[in-house]
Amino acid sequence: MTDRSSDGEQVMADFPTLDAEDEDQLLPQLVSHLREHRTRLRQEWEMRIQDAHLLHAMTPQEMAAETTSVYDNYVEVLETGSVEALQHYARDLSERIIPRGVETHEVVGIVLLLRDVLARSLFEKYQGSFSLLNRVLDAYEPAANRIANTVAVSFVDERERVIRQQQDSIRELSTPVLPVRERLLILPIIGVLDTERARQLTEQLLSGIRTHRAKVVVIDITGSPDVDEAVANHLVRTVDASRLMGASVIITGLSPEIAQTLVTIGVDLSKMNTIGDLQGGLEEAERLLGYRVTKQEELAE
Amino acid sequence: MDTGPALVSILRQGPYLIASIHTALDDSQLVRFQRDLIDRIGEHRSRGVIIDVAALDVLDSFGSRTLRNIAEMARLRGAVTVIVGIQPDVAFAMVLLGMDTGTVHTALDLEEGLAYLATHAGLGGAR
Repeated sequence: MTDRSSDGEQVMADFPTLDAEDEDQLLPQLVSHLREHRTRLRQEWEMRIQDAHLLHAMTPQEMAAETTSVYDNYVEVLETGSVEALQHYARDLSERIIPRGVETHEVVGIVLLLRDVLARSLFEKYQGSFSLLNRVLDAYEPAANRIANTVAVSFVDERERVIRQQQDSIRELSTPVLPVRERLLILPIIGVLDTERARQLTEQLLSGIRTHRAKVVVIDITGSPDVDEAVANHLVRTVDASRLMGASVIITGLSPEIAQTLVTIGVDLSKMNTIGDLQGGLEEAERLLGYRVTKQEELAE
Repeated sequence: MDTGPALVSILRQGPYLIASIHTALDDSQLVRFQRDLIDRIGEHRSRGVIIDVAALDVLDSFGSRTLRNIAEMARLRGAVTVIVGIQPDVAFAMVLLGMDTGTVHTALDLEEGLAYLATHAGLGGAR
C-alpha cells in the first residue's frame, strides 16, 4: 500500500478533488458519485438489460422498480461492505421471480451488467489518471464481485430450496399402495425409480403387507422408463422380504428396454414372478387367491 | 448349557406345536430352544410347527440359521415348519444381509401359519 500512496501523492497535484484523501476516502467518494448519478446510470443499466434480452418475464414498470432497488442495494453494499441486507433482498427477489421462469444466467447477467455500467462510469470519471483509476478499482472490484457472488448464490439457494420442496411433495405422492381386493395389493410405479424412492417403496410395501394382511402383491412398473442395477437389485430384495412376510409378489409391465437391461447387467431374476401386463398380473393374483371372475352376459348390456 | 427359565413358550395345539419367541435370544438360549422344540415334536407326534417371531425386532445370522436348522430337523422328525410374524424391518434387514430362511415357508401371522399347515402338513388320511 505504501508504494501506492506515494503514487497517489503525485496524482493529487493533478486532481484537486482528491486532495488530502487517503485510501479510506476513496470508497465513500465513489459511493457518493454513484448516488449522484443514480438516475442516469440506472437508466443506462436498464437499457443494457433490454439490449441483452434479459428478464423478458418482467413488465417495464416492474423492471424499473426492481432495478431501482437493486441499484440502491448495490450502492449500499459498496458503502457498508455488509451483504446481509442484499442477501435478504436477493432471496426475496428470487422467491418472486423464480415462479415466473427467470433463469440463473439472467440474474447473474443483470448483476454483471450493473457492475460493468458502474465500472464504466468510474473509468470515465477517473480517466485522467491511470494510477488513481487503479486505486478506485481496487476498492470497487472486490466489493462488486462479492455482490455478484451473493446475488447468484442467493438465487441458486432459493431455486434449490424450491426443488427440494417439490421433490418432497412428489415423494409423498409417489408410491401408493392400493388394496384392490381382500388380501391383494397393487403398487403402480410411475416415473423414474431412484435409490431413495426404491427405499421408500420397500418401506411402504412391507408395512402395507402388514396392515392389509396381503397375500399377493402386484408391482406394476409400466410407468417407469428405466431401472438401473442398484434399483433392480433393490426390487429383488423387496420381493424376497415380502416373501419372508408371507406375501408373494408379481411384477408386471417390464418394458422391453428394462428386460434387456436386467438381463444384460445380470440381475438374478429367477425368483421373480413376472407377467407381461397389469391385467395379466391381476388375473394371476386372483387365481393365487382363489378368486374366479366371471362375466355375466345378461348384465353386461 | 442354558438352564434358566424358558424364554420361548412351546404350546401344543392339536397336531401342531406353536412356539412363540418373546424376547431376543442369545446363542445358548437359541440352542436350548432348538433342543426343546425338537424333543417336543417327538413327544407329541406333531405334524406341524409354527415359530412366531413377531416380538423380535432383530434377527441375527445365527438366529436365522438356527431357525433354518430347526425346520430341517423338524422335517426329519416328520413335521412341517412355518415361520410367522417377521416384522417389515427385520424382513428387509435379513434380505440385505443375505440371510435367508431357505426353503422354510414363512407366513404373515399365526392365523396364516395355521392355514398353511392345514393344507400342507400332510394330515390327509392320518386323522
